[in-house]
Amino acid sequence: MPDLQRPVHQRRLLDGPPALSGAETLTSHVARLGQLPPRAASREVIATLEASGLLGRGGASFPVGRKWRTVAERSGGRATVLVNGAEGEPLSAKDRVLMALRPHLVLDGALLAAGAVGAEEIVVYVGAAHTAARRSLERAIGERSATAPSPPAIPTRLVVAPDRYVAGEESAAVHFVTEADARPTVTPPRPFERGIGGRPTLVQNVESLGHAALIARFGADWFRAAGRAETRGTALVTLTGVDRPGVHEIELGTTVAALADLGGKARADTQGVLLGGYFGGWAAIDEAWDLALDPIALKASRRAFGCGVVSFLAADACGVKTTARIMDYMAGQSAAQCGPCVFGLRAIADVTRRIGDGAADTDDLARIERWAGQLAGRGACRHPDGAVGLLASALSVFGEEFVRHASLGRCSRPEFGEKAA
Amino acid sequence: MSDQILWFATRGAGTVSLLLFTAVVCLGILAVVRWQSPSWPRFLSVELHRSLALLSVVFLGVHIVTAIADPFTSLGVVAAVVPFASSYRPLWVGLGVISVDLLAAILVSSLLRPRIGQAAWRAFHWLSYGAWPLAVLHGIGSGSDASAPWMMTIAASCLAAVALSLTWRVAAGRSNRGELSRVAAGAGAGREPRRA
Amino acid sequence: MSIQVDRIRCDGYGMCAELLPEMIELDDWGYPIVRPGTVPDGLLEHARRAIEVCPVLAFRLQAVPESAPAPAPIPLRAVPARGAH
Repeated sequence: MPDLQRPVHQRRLLDGPPALSGAETLTSHVARLGQLPPRAASREVIATLEASGLLGRGGASFPVGRKWRTVAERSGGRATVLVNGAEGEPLSAKDRVLMALRPHLVLDGALLAAGAVGAEEIVVYVGAAHTAARRSLERAIGERSATAPSPPAIPTRLVVAPDRYVAGEESAAVHFVTEADARPTVTPPRPFERGIGGRPTLVQNVESLGHAALIARFGADWFRAAGRAETRGTALVTLTGVDRPGVHEIELGTTVAALADLGGKARADTQGVLLGGYFGGWAAIDEAWDLALDPIALKASRRAFGCGVVSFLAADACGVKTTARIMDYMAGQSAAQCGPCVFGLRAIADVTRRIGDGAADTDDLARIERWAGQLAGRGACRHPDGAVGLLASALSVFGEEFVRHASLGRCSRPEFGEKAA
Repeated sequence: MSDQILWFATRGAGTVSLLLFTAVVCLGILAVVRWQSPSWPRFLSVELHRSLALLSVVFLGVHIVTAIADPFTSLGVVAAVVPFASSYRPLWVGLGVISVDLLAAILVSSLLRPRIGQAAWRAFHWLSYGAWPLAVLHGIGSGSDASAPWMMTIAASCLAAVALSLTWRVAAGRSNRGELSRVAAGAGAGREPRRA
Repeated sequence: MSIQVDRIRCDGYGMCAELLPEMIELDDWGYPIVRPGTVPDGLLEHARRAIEVCPVLAFRLQAVPESAPAPAPIPLRAVPARGAH
């Protein structure tokens, strides 16, 4: 299989000193990569980003160049850049790793964005749990203010994001920075229209900014030289459910099989893979094995690359119980502002748990299908949509197991102390 | 003779206004506790509340105008809007004047609700819990027939109606919004759906 | 014109569904499910009445851009096939 023979590991974002040496210093960063080219932090970089085809790495895979252009058009020189390092997705670790090891790549990207959109402030938004990332960024911000930077410094401050799943949602991030309330707000207006301080705000994921920092130096063609399928470039993925879990940089288009090989997971030992985190969905291993991890291709097949989570489910795990735990988590992480999300997700979670425990009522499956069918688009943010999307993929991939649980009360992969089917 | 008519008009319009105002308060509470029955849809509480409020204002207007016009009370226009400025039973009339001032604020804020927004409108609306008891007190204390059985009956009925409604309001517990955080956290069972 | 609900303000009073049942139905907890798409001309007055009755002003009519095609009406009780989003 040719794909498995190509090295999976890439070294672009994660090029440089080994992980053990911790956060890269400003000196090392400049020595290795040079300063940002003169006039890089200006509108011109937007065209380069558009040419590169860089897609956002926060989960939505939205074209980065287009996003910057939209903010630049409205900013009037008074925009804000919000560097989104909240990483509330529990299965994802790539943002905290990038922030911890390569803070200057992230800050370069922020400077580029600020120059491109006409921002007068940069806010670095880091999740409270990511202490190494926070320290690394604090230090990096300090290093920059101590030297005579080029391009000239833009006021940069660090804001610690609460440890909630929705704290990284763009309107929630803006809400927290403005009013210390990390709950999403009703949109429109979206942050690119009215954000921090009522001014246009660019909310961009840290990894996206890291890529931008390299593209500004090496060009769109360099960026596009990597990639194995339709979407070009490299990306960070978080690999779990394998013998050697961790964050890896890969070429987009690398297959799930190649990642399983990298992390140490035999096909026979896994039944499915969760792609994109709790906001993504399950894929059965037979369908997923040769799947290319390519945002455009995945979207076409109604899946998602999302935030780059690739999480394998062991062959002897119960897909129903696993889903029930995820639904319970998602219900608890609701911002508790909108009735349909609060009541709907909680009801779905409780009934899914009942099904998982083998204690389902006759109509329970029909119930969760109905509730899930009603939930999309009925919250102020997309949290219920994500949860319902995950449930729908679970019902598809683990359908047989759901039916076995619901109608027979049995599990084919019992946990300790349970009866087998 | 015409003085008698004005006096009766004032008393009559004032009493009708108070009765309507009491109904308005009760309907407002019915709306909040989301009362409904097969013959009483929820929207009726809101729409009737608004209609009767406007009607009560009409009767209130008659009450005030005839009171000013009545030579017996020697109320000037000033005394009708400035509390305790009347020479006739200044305390009791004054309470009524305060009540009217509060009602004016509630009325204007309701008419301008789309402009001032929900939060401001709600703040003004809370004044109704001040305006209503003042109106009752005014009704009991201002008239020379205050101790007449019919007046006492009316006052007692109004008090009872609102007291019952308030008890219901408190007993109905937290609104949906109050429960959201609790339910999301999984504390206590999620609300049982209306249909299984 | 289409109906836009402020989902945070909405507190499940449900009076909107009483006054505009052709387009609004209530879910199991009393919150509105709104049929997407333009409000037919014949229902505009009812829609305005429903908007005014809402005790918390949770929804409004919004002009739909002319380029947006009117979506086919979706039956509100459709149960999706297992596996559909």
